[in-house]
Amino acid sequence: MARDDRPNTGAASLRRLTRAVAPAERIATTVGRLAGSRGFPYRAPTIPVGVEVPKEASRLGADFDTDFARRAPAKAARSVITNGPVRLMVKALADPQIFGVDRLDDLARREEPPPLIFAPNHHSHLDTPLMTVAVPEPWRSSLVVAAAADYFFTSRVKGTAAALALNAFPIDREVTSRASSDRIRALVDDGWSLVIYPEGGRSPDGWGQAWKGGAAYLSSRTGAPVVPVFIDGTGAIYGKGSKRPRPGRTRVVFGHPLTPLEGESTRRFSARIEAAVAQLADESAHDFWTARRNAARGATPSLTGPDVTGWRRQWALSEQRRSSQAGLRRRQKRRWPRLD
Amino acid sequence: MPRPGFVHHVDRSTPPTLFWRGEGFSLERLPADRSRIIYAPEPLPAIDDIDGSIRHALEHPIDDDPLSSKMFPGMKLTIAFDDVSLPLPKMRRPDIRQRIIEAVLDTAAAAGVDDVHIIAALALHRRMTEAELRHAVGDRVYDAFAPRGLLYQHDAEDPDALAYLGTTPHGEEVEINKRAAESDLLVYVNINLVAMDGGWKSTATGLASYRSLRHHHNVHTMQHSRSFMDQHRSELHKSNWRMGKVLVDSGVKVFQIETTLNTDTFPQPFDFLSKREWEWSARDRAAFVASSKSLARTPVRLARKIFHSIEAPHQMTSVQAGAVEAVHRVTTEHVYRQQLVEVQGQTDILTMGIPYICPYNVHSIMNPILVMCTGLGYFFNLYRNKPLVREGGVIIMTHPTLPDFHPVHHPSYIDFYEQVLSQTTDPKEVEKYERRFAEDDWYRHLYRTSYAYHGVHPFYMWYWGSHAMQHAGRVIIVGGDTAAVRRLGFTPASTMSDAFELASDVVGRSPTITHLHTPPLMVADVS
Repeated sequence: MARDDRPNTGAASLRRLTRAVAPAERIATTVGRLAGSRGFPYRAPTIPVGVEVPKEASRLGADFDTDFARRAPAKAARSVITNGPVRLMVKALADPQIFGVDRLDDLARREEPPPLIFAPNHHSHLDTPLMTVAVPEPWRSSLVVAAAADYFFTSRVKGTAAALALNAFPIDREVTSRASSDRIRALVDDGWSLVIYPEGGRSPDGWGQAWKGGAAYLSSRTGAPVVPVFIDGTGAIYGKGSKRPRPGRTRVVFGHPLTPLEGESTRRFSARIEAAVAQLADESAHDFWTARRNAARGATPSLTGPDVTGWRRQWALSEQRRSSQAGLRRRQKRRWPRLD
Repeated sequence: MPRPGFVHHVDRSTPPTLFWRGEGFSLERLPADRSRIIYAPEPLPAIDDIDGSIRHALEHPIDDDPLSSKMFPGMKLTIAFDDVSLPLPKMRRPDIRQRIIEAVLDTAAAAGVDDVHIIAALALHRRMTEAELRHAVGDRVYDAFAPRGLLYQHDAEDPDALAYLGTTPHGEEVEINKRAAESDLLVYVNINLVAMDGGWKSTATGLASYRSLRHHHNVHTMQHSRSFMDQHRSELHKSNWRMGKVLVDSGVKVFQIETTLNTDTFPQPFDFLSKREWEWSARDRAAFVASSKSLARTPVRLARKIFHSIEAPHQMTSVQAGAVEAVHRVTTEHVYRQQLVEVQGQTDILTMGIPYICPYNVHSIMNPILVMCTGLGYFFNLYRNKPLVREGGVIIMTHPTLPDFHPVHHPSYIDFYEQVLSQTTDPKEVEKYERRFAEDDWYRHLYRTSYAYHGVHPFYMWYWGSHAMQHAGRVIIVGGDTAAVRRLGFTPASTMSDAFELASDVVGRSPTITHLHTPPLMVADVS
């Protein structure tokens, strides 16, 4: 057959498609014309001059409704996500070693283990998936995560994903509002345990930040003991500002559960939790006996790093990371040539 | 409220009774109207706040000053703890020793104590593996002390690490670990599984050498301890107490911490092993059938592995600290509160199922010598006042009694079995071979550098049973390897009916029978 005798298959297909969608197009045009001619309620109402329509209450940020994430279908989906992709991802990126779970054994042994508030230090987005893997049963399967309302719940898609995958719920970074604390109290009353980062956000420079009183306040309001947790290594793997994660090792150390003492203020209790996490950090960096002796002497290294600024702070951080047993699996190569 | 111990008189409606047979078990029907079964008391409730109780005990000791007031910067502190032979089965983590050692270290850290040694008080037992040490003291303590050589195991054959402290009025030499003896304070962390444990036996036995131990681990002492569980009638106890006085007079300062555990021995699904048979639920019966059938088809090595991986849920029922003797008095009361069962009168035949474990085969093999020791040394001695079986009565045990030995853990047992038991089973005659094994350089080398029990250890096992051997008219082992049972000097029987038939030669046609339904552990208070 000659080349010019072949049928033009592209044009023929286009004609067939046009014929097929023509009825739908006709219906849509008719409906649009009818709606246009009939107006409200088929169209949005017009706003009278001089009237101010009140803005619809925002359902984002701290008001994001995450109740769906604690219903049976979402729990089942989350169980699959946590035990599958999340666990694999954590193993591949962070390869965690977990210590101190035996300190929770007395509570786990009870007929009805009480809900707990886990208060770890915070260096990375990896911390939350790591906690959902590291927290022991029976608390792991009933864990909710307090996530920054102004970061994770700024859009419906982001908020829904965080709530579904991590059982996150929104909380204000700066001040725990009464509504937030009431919500958390209701969750704790329902038997949910909580992960809250008392630093309020990821560390900007690799050292810890000043602790806020959220965990202590919530513990005194709900009666749930606070478990200090030290996470080491996630900052080096995927710290704030990192473009991509670099696989490495991490260590998670759980401490003894703490409860507010008689007449202890939230501020003092929070300081006690922070000190407990600092001691766990010392225990992770050295050993239990060294950490206990340092604690007794009041010489536990601070989580917030040395009281210096600029390059010396970074210098001290690199020194600390070099001696740490957690962090990057492959050390960074030298970036400058040897001159000798 | 847990129920106390119970003596059940067997009638026609009584279901068959559980008998342990090493790494397995069977159900046996005991003759109606003349048999009884002794069941252990149910587990007492554990202390709610274990760590709080430990700290309270350390700061409110009995007849002693608070631990914190005994510590000062620059002092030498030694913490000794019981070895792998306690508790049985091993307890779920965290082990009670870990909790106590961490609390003691907290106190030491607060007082500015730098010089701390932690010693496993294993006397002539085998050395513990790293995994066993980690299980006992916890990873935190192990990682802090073991890499620096500050957590180690007592070596009863290291002349440089032993201190001779003198003799008792009875001429018993006292030689214990030098570091412990020369410390400003020795803190001993004890687990009292039975009434015999603890007190001065902790230090005078756990940290002693062969030179010292031979004075109470001998046939005379064992035959005059009636029983080991009754302090007032135990020569072993008295000898250790005399040695304790020498320790005190030599200036050894001991701060004793003793704990008692409840009898919550087996986790689910094996908890039916502790129950009364007529209270077995459908799940318990299914568990029994499934486990006994599958164990019968499981290779012995695998079955051992499965059983030795069991971690008991038992928990602490009391903790007390302070002066050794005062503490031990309180501890013994707690042990009796958990374990004592009132039993009226002795019996013609005592039956007992021998389980897969005893203090000397943790993660190891229950060899024939240990079968004898468990039955005649331990279970026979679970009494106060009078033995359960009358003098001249019959003891029937159930165990496969295979002539299997762990070549690493029990090398001297193999030679003892082949060279000594082939000549004699009379404890007094056996004793004549003791020194040759005790002073053998190869056994000594294996004890010090490998994971072997000391060369003299099989002799001590044999001595443990010497009182029962002297007391009983015949010992029968049901289901045991015929040659091995005969080597032990006992009578083999293939079934329980055969055993009763064989026993009738000694105790007549209608003897009374008592079955000791243990584990869990108990002490029969026989009136």
